[in-house]
Amino acid sequence: MIKLTARTSERIAKVFILSIAVLIMGILIWIIGDILLNGIPHINFSFLSQMPRNMGREGGIFPTIVGTLMLTVLAILIAVPFGVGAAYYLAEYTKGGIVTRIIRFGAESLAGIPSIVYGIFGVLLFVEILGLGFSIISGALTVSIMILPTIIRTSEEALLAVPKIYRDASFSLGATKWQTIRCAVTPTAIRGIVNGVILGVGRCVAETAAVMLTMGGNVLAVPSSISSSGRTMAVHFYILAQEGVMQNAYTTAAILIILIFIINIGTNAVIDQFISKRTKGAR
Amino acid sequence: MSGNTANKIEIKNFNFYYGNKHVIKDLNLSIRANQITSIFGPANSGATTLLRAMNRLSDLEPSTRSTGQILIDGQDINDPKVNVTDLRRKVGKVFEIPAPLPLSIYDNVTYGLKFLPGKKKQEILDTMEWALKTAALWDEVKDRLHDPALGLSGGQQQRLCVARVLALKPEVIIIDRSCSGLDPISTSKIEESLIKLKKDFTVIISPHNIAQASRVSDRIAFILMGELVEENEALQILKFPKDQRTSDFITGRFG
Ligand SMILES: Nc1ncnc2c1ncn2[C@@H]1O[C@H](COP(=O)(O)OP(=O)(O)OP(=O)(O)O)[C@@H](O)[C@H]1O
Ligand SMILES: [Mg+2]
Repeated sequence: MIKLTARTSERIAKVFILSIAVLIMGILIWIIGDILLNGIPHINFSFLSQMPRNMGREGGIFPTIVGTLMLTVLAILIAVPFGVGAAYYLAEYTKGGIVTRIIRFGAESLAGIPSIVYGIFGVLLFVEILGLGFSIISGALTVSIMILPTIIRTSEEALLAVPKIYRDASFSLGATKWQTIRCAVTPTAIRGIVNGVILGVGRCVAETAAVMLTMGGNVLAVPSSISSSGRTMAVHFYILAQEGVMQNAYTTAAILIILIFIINIGTNAVIDQFISKRTKGAR
Repeated sequence: MSGNTANKIEIKNFNFYYGNKHVIKDLNLSIRANQITSIFGPANSGATTLLRAMNRLSDLEPSTRSTGQILIDGQDINDPKVNVTDLRRKVGKVFEIPAPLPLSIYDNVTYGLKFLPGKKKQEILDTMEWALKTAALWDEVKDRLHDPALGLSGGQQQRLCVARVLALKPEVIIIDRSCSGLDPISTSKIEESLIKLKKDFTVIISPHNIAQASRVSDRIAFILMGELVEENEALQILKFPKDQRTSDFITGRFG
């Protein structure tokens, strides 16, 4: 057998890891680049502001932008209080007991279920049993359950990563448990919590199967309320691509990607501006 | 040394356990008001454990247990009647490593104050300034009170932690490993303020070396493996220790 010196094996490992990284980045850049190159030249104001005509073969995507925003905002409003609340409960108020383990196991199992299953569950529970119909609210409820595990897990991790010394310091200055959580723990963990929420937003914007099943994606009118049916950009893209309307599909996809970029960058800028200014240097 | 010999704190037959690990062993110690008492011993003697028990921070540690009493002004601090947040305001603690919260300098110093009801803005500002001046930090930070505290140097952070405790006007100030890892200038600034502070406070420190113990202490309690070996005026302990183990430690034969 050939014996490798430490240096050679280190070099081989380096080359190996580097080539994997390059490969993955390459694929990612290729996909995104392909979409943006084909899509961006066709983005213009009338595409954003006009109604689709001829089932989206002509015209714009205005109703799907409204649908996407409504779905995302609603789903986040529903999921964040429950998800972040559960994370606080798990991280701060349970001591690794049976309840914690059940909740954690439940959340982890939820994360592994394919989205089509959520869609069917949503149709059964929200559309039919609760009688909400094929509507934005049914879609938002379904998607909020989907993003719950992500929000719980990232928030919980952020809370658990707060150094013990911060809690000790806060308690020893006469703060109660609640004051400690509010004034010492949360400012330290907020960036991680917000990151979890952003991941959730990304999932809402990008989800297709579950949304198509519960929101009634055939309607191409501007949704007038949360009980209207509607279509999101992701669903629209999926349907266009299926029907071979490739140019408008590319343009829609490019807008989706740009939207996700904007959300990511925008949220981080907002955190930097308002929250992290004084907590800079934490961790 | 000082004329005032009232005992502020009495520790009686105190034992402390982490799970089954017996860390403080039947310790008896009186700590006098308006003096600087050093609790001193080789590594892992239990100084931090004892100091954490004095304002019941040890409550936060799961599966710990204690027996015996710690009396402050004659009141057992583990009595169910005692309000633990009031106790912690009365017995302020600076930690082994500087632990400013990831907030601004201002928010760190006023952190404990904002939980006290009925404090006026001006009162808070005055207290903050006094605390920072007493901790010998004011001149270095007065123009950047709203900058992040974590941007300060290690020595400044430690003084900030002293200021933050002072702002609550405690009766007892505990400083664990007061100046480990600090530059000489910060160390001497902290030591100077400690000596000023004892007029109004009872100070307990766990000094980080014998030189520091001799510079600032009025009295020294020498502990070894969780047991009190002897306690006396600083000079007596350093020059004429009664116990062989104390003199071995002081002359550097172990630890
Ligand atoms: N949270 C804990 N769980 C279990 N054992 C602990 C814990 N904290 C401290 N100990 C143990 O208790 C003993 C005393 O530790 P302590 O930190 O009180 O000593 P110390 O004198 O402050 O030490 P140092 O000189 O390192 O500051 C040590 O043996 C330590 O390992
Ligand atoms: Mg210690």
